[in-house]
Amino acid sequence: MAKTILAVDDSGSLRQMVAFSLKAAGYDVVQAVDGQDGLNKAKEKTVDLVLTDQNMPIMDGLTLIKNLRELGSYQKVPILMLTTESSDEMKAKGKAAGANGWLVKPFDPKRLIEVVQKVIGS
Amino acid sequence: MTIDMSQFYEVFFDEAEELLAEAERLLLGINIANPDNEELNAIFRAAHSIKGGAATFGFMDMTEITHVLENLLDKIRKNEMALTAEHVDAFLAAKDVLKMELDGHRLATEVDQEQVADVKMMLKQLSEAGAVATPVATDSTVSVSATPPPVEFSAVAEIAQNEIPDGTSCFNIVMPDITEKDVENLQEELGLLGLVALSKQSDGHFVITLTTDSSQADIVSICSFIVDPDDLVITLKTDASPVKAPQVAEIKPVVAETVESKADTGTKVLVQEEVGYGLFEEEGKEKQEEGYGFFAPFQPHPDAVKANLIGDDTALTLANSGTTSAQLAASTAKVEATPVSTASQDADRRNAGRRESDKVPASAEASSIRVGVEKVDQLINLVGELVITQAMIEQRISMLDPVHNEALINSVGQLTRNTRDLQESVMSIRMMPMDFVFSRFPRMVRDLAAKLNKKVDFVTVGAATELDKGLIERIVDPLTHLVRNSVDHGIEIPENRRKAGKSDSGTLTLSAAHKGGSIVIEVTDDGAGLNRDKILAKAQSNGLPVSENMTDSEVFSLIFAPGFSTAEVVTDVSGRGVGMDVVKRNITAMGGSVDIRSALGFGTTISISLPLTLAILDGMSVSLGQSVYVIPLNLIVETLQPRAEDIKTVTGEGRMVHVRGEYLPIIALHSLFNHATDITDPTQGVLVLLESDGKKSALFVDRLVGQQQVVIKSLETNFKRIPGVSGATIMGDGSVALILDVAALIQMGQSTNYITGAASFSNQNNQHMQSNA
Amino acid sequence: MSTDNVMSNSKAKSAEGEYLTFVLGAEEYGLEILKVQEIRGYDAVTQIANTPEFIKGVVNLRGKIVPIVDLRIKFNLGKVEYNEFTVVIILNLHGRVVGIVVDGVSDVIALKEEQIRDVPSLVTSIDTKYIVGLATVAERMLILVDIEQLMTSQEMALVDAVAA
Repeated sequence: MAKTILAVDDSGSLRQMVAFSLKAAGYDVVQAVDGQDGLNKAKEKTVDLVLTDQNMPIMDGLTLIKNLRELGSYQKVPILMLTTESSDEMKAKGKAAGANGWLVKPFDPKRLIEVVQKVIGS
Repeated sequence: MTIDMSQFYEVFFDEAEELLAEAERLLLGINIANPDNEELNAIFRAAHSIKGGAATFGFMDMTEITHVLENLLDKIRKNEMALTAEHVDAFLAAKDVLKMELDGHRLATEVDQEQVADVKMMLKQLSEAGAVATPVATDSTVSVSATPPPVEFSAVAEIAQNEIPDGTSCFNIVMPDITEKDVENLQEELGLLGLVALSKQSDGHFVITLTTDSSQADIVSICSFIVDPDDLVITLKTDASPVKAPQVAEIKPVVAETVESKADTGTKVLVQEEVGYGLFEEEGKEKQEEGYGFFAPFQPHPDAVKANLIGDDTALTLANSGTTSAQLAASTAKVEATPVSTASQDADRRNAGRRESDKVPASAEASSIRVGVEKVDQLINLVGELVITQAMIEQRISMLDPVHNEALINSVGQLTRNTRDLQESVMSIRMMPMDFVFSRFPRMVRDLAAKLNKKVDFVTVGAATELDKGLIERIVDPLTHLVRNSVDHGIEIPENRRKAGKSDSGTLTLSAAHKGGSIVIEVTDDGAGLNRDKILAKAQSNGLPVSENMTDSEVFSLIFAPGFSTAEVVTDVSGRGVGMDVVKRNITAMGGSVDIRSALGFGTTISISLPLTLAILDGMSVSLGQSVYVIPLNLIVETLQPRAEDIKTVTGEGRMVHVRGEYLPIIALHSLFNHATDITDPTQGVLVLLESDGKKSALFVDRLVGQQQVVIKSLETNFKRIPGVSGATIMGDGSVALILDVAALIQMGQSTNYITGAASFSNQNNQHMQSNA
Repeated sequence: MSTDNVMSNSKAKSAEGEYLTFVLGAEEYGLEILKVQEIRGYDAVTQIANTPEFIKGVVNLRGKIVPIVDLRIKFNLGKVEYNEFTVVIILNLHGRVVGIVVDGVSDVIALKEEQIRDVPSLVTSIDTKYIVGLATVAERMLILVDIEQLMTSQEMALVDAVAA
């Protein structure tokens, strides 16, 4: 069965690009428009990987990650941050929140898939 | 696998456009003295999102502007810099430039590069100006660090001063084998970050030396649009390079975590100097080479191809197991010592404790899907067809025996209701709130008022009122004209307002409301008002037929006459000026009408009445000979069968009907349309009293057929515009009925009859009619 | 619009192709079959005020409002009757749908380039500038019309002057 990835981004174009690329690579993708939406959707179905933007309205990526880690079902699920903020500080925060890694925007679909495959396999 | 990114462009364009509009709305509403944090964050996020998308989809020009914009916004939202009116102006200018660039990509419209450069420069200067006033970085650092080691930080500060005076760093960027053109482009792009110098190495490779306050990651991301960042060799150039690493090493550890990160930084810097780009064993390397990384202790999936690339960040591992404060201190110190540290990062730290404020309440993106307008239109057309077919079935059914066919008739009744509901729902898809139009005016009014040294309070009412998308798009230009005229000629300068006993600020109100089957949009100002006498005098000198008996409304309507208003006249009559005829023509073409109310000294209201949608019309069918015509119901005042004594003939030229004290011209449709009919005496037929543009006329037809909703079809699709006809529709029996253009008919009637008082000024239609007659 | 181009192109390349032949008065004409959408009988039309007599009005063609032109009136070809044999050729000219009333439709024929001759300056009902060429088929002379050029011309009054 195809693995499911939750893609959280308030930017529709980027989210669609991510979703499209991942689908093309054979993954199932659940999309969410902000942290809160992402959290709700993550609760509905435990996914195999979470990709989240950081800067979003309503609930940002860090808060989402913290919240996810508090859920029993998400303690081991890999979470990657997609962010334009490539600073070490942001990475530190991401890590503190419980993220497993990061991917700096802009990235091209190929790289995204490469990274995702590295994390959860194809 | 290749993925065609262009398929996401349209989504990005829509999104960026919405973000820009939202940012502008926020900027216009912002309280400069005490800006709302959430609003600032929302504006920042808009810039940030556009930057992310633009970078991903390769719209470099937009990335550049949003990048500098974001930097500046970041400083402001972190209270590092106070928001000034100048900032708001610059942000608005940046928004304009971004919109221009967006349109450039989307519609291939021209982009004024000079304007782009100006705005970029302005933003940069503002950004730098503020940086000087910023408190020293160390202060803010201490405030966050849980266990601030004084020695540590003074050392750090020292390093920072030694290596990066003015908070900038100097990078050497060695180009791979690329064309000179690309080098030029790169040089230009990097020029946005700071000072750039180009030189050539002995091996023929170009080297760009960049002095900047931006991070290496910024450089890489900018370069990545022209060259593969993996091919770049970026070196941090410092005069103190041999000293630096030892210096770091000499620092005595105070807090364990800090030491870790210090050492880490030391390595990083050292390696950067030697090789150029990220040979920092773990994180740094990955970041520069791959643009991503994983935190230990995360273990990659066994399937992973390149497991060896997985990073293991020691410092962070430590921090992860420790407390958050310690971790924060670690990262803080680390970033501090890194020469690529930027002011914005400093500020970031200062604000780290109140990240919560980043959250913006419910600006929730409503769940929606984007569909092309043509799809919606096709749906509307199909439903229109369905409604017609439905009407045909109804007509056939009505001929059946109601007892024997009771079940069928009931079912058809149900079908009718369903069809109507379906039609209503489908029509509502095209409806958009007037806010789409209104939202562009605060900015315009603001700019215009500033230019004219006037004070204007701009108020909108009923922005949620919905209108058909097609009409929304077409109302923009006329409304823009009216609003501009109100600010320009309506509202007086403060001095004159004071003299007239008014407040300094004029009020300009833009309102929309539903009234029956139409939407009424009004532009109201409390300015000088229209001067009836001056308009009359001007009209007379222009050779327009006028009379003292004309109503105010008729007099004010004179300003809609083509060529009536010249600039000079405009000021003269403190009127609305040039191009009012165009406004009027546009609105009439939409099936709407314009009316003016004004009181000298108190202000003016221009009222536009539009049908709710272009596609459906509530109509009255009337017959003339063998034909049926449809008249828009909202233009019908009443219908009557006149008595012989009410019909008057004016000097043998035209007939008038006397209705409740008013004499209205009779327009005989059969003679206007050269249409054969047996009924030529108004007392044998029906008079339909019509009102359009404040003018009333009585249309003489054979008889009334009935009232019904009709789907408007264009005659122009396959044919052409016909004077006096606004469109066509298909009746229940499948035949075509023409929809009358009431405003044009009244004009046409007036040109063929003598009517006291109001005469028509010029109308292509009546000229056409006369030549045809 | 580039009706001129269409015209010169069709002349320049070749008039070869399939033609729908129709009768107007004593003459037989041919028009490019690709321009024909359908052929139907004459239905009641809705007349339109103040248009030339040859524009009969508009009809409802499956929800579209389509103007009907009587070429017999336009070219003064004797008596004009409307009965069950009256034929309307519905043309689709670059998305613009127009119906023309003719005396009758006879055939669809394929013409080779060598069968088509240039137009001599002879007198036909239709102005020679709208004639692509002449062809002889089974002893009959066929006048090939550039129907698009004709229908969009000013004299047909079917399109707005500005739009044309």
